[in-house]
Amino acid sequence: MLGMAQSGWTLTVNTIDISASTVADPTIEKSTESEQELDVPWQVVVHNDPVNLMSYVTMVFQRVFGYPREKAERHMLEVHQQGRSILWSGVRERAELYVQQLHGYLLLATLEKVN
Amino acid sequence: MDICRRKNGLEISDLDPFLAELLRQIPASTSVENSPAAKQRIFSAPANEAQKEMCSEWKAYVRPELQQLFRTATETVAADLEQLNGNEKSFANRTLLIPAKHAEAWLNALNQARLSIAARNEFTEGELGDNYRSPIGSRRDLSLFQVNFYGFLQEFILRELLGCGEGPSA
Repeated sequence: MLGMAQSGWTLTVNTIDISASTVADPTIEKSTESEQELDVPWQVVVHNDPVNLMSYVTMVFQRVFGYPREKAERHMLEVHQQGRSILWSGVRERAELYVQQLHGYLLLATLEKVN
Repeated sequence: MDICRRKNGLEISDLDPFLAELLRQIPASTSVENSPAAKQRIFSAPANEAQKEMCSEWKAYVRPELQQLFRTATETVAADLEQLNGNEKSFANRTLLIPAKHAEAWLNALNQARLSIAARNEFTEGELGDNYRSPIGSRRDLSLFQVNFYGFLQEFILRELLGCGEGPSA
């Protein structure tokens, strides 16, 4: 690089530098994508809690996941009758965000990796 | 006690001193100090113990945010409850307005209080669902009444201020 700059090819050298840094970015992004692919099988589970009200739990499911009332009620009843319900599954980052929101509403929620 | 929907919120009127005192105790009831059971319930783990890294990151980064969220809700409710202050010797009934814009904070603080009291007293599912329990005769009975009274209030807030349905415990 130094030799090329001394011979008056500074512009060319700069161009090569820029290209080199441009090439580096997609490599990092590709690595992140493959990590996300590995993270796909995570699920958000809500566990039964005899204190939380049914109507409150239904409202939380509607708010956090955007589910229609009927679907939110189905999940709420599953929690109530079977002790737990899988509310969502997908990439880890989003699942973590959902669990954080559910804890903000004081529901018993956990993140589990799908076997 | 009367509960009435107003344009700007929910008005609880004709509150006798006993119920007014129970409402005043909401902020204190949210406290998890000196109760590992309450602390464990309010700040429950985000995953099973095998996920050690996830649990420790959660404790470091997420728990402080949750603490802040819960504290803000409790402070909002405490400020609204100042309406009940006055001449402490007076046994006159009081009125409380829960502003519609504070509905979320009230739901959150009431839930904190209910969960915390239930964990502290280790109430069973049977006790929590016993609608025919005999009148208050002990501190434990009073705590159970408190949990149910706060739940009753939550139902009203959900229905009247947030347009949601009603139902028993999940």
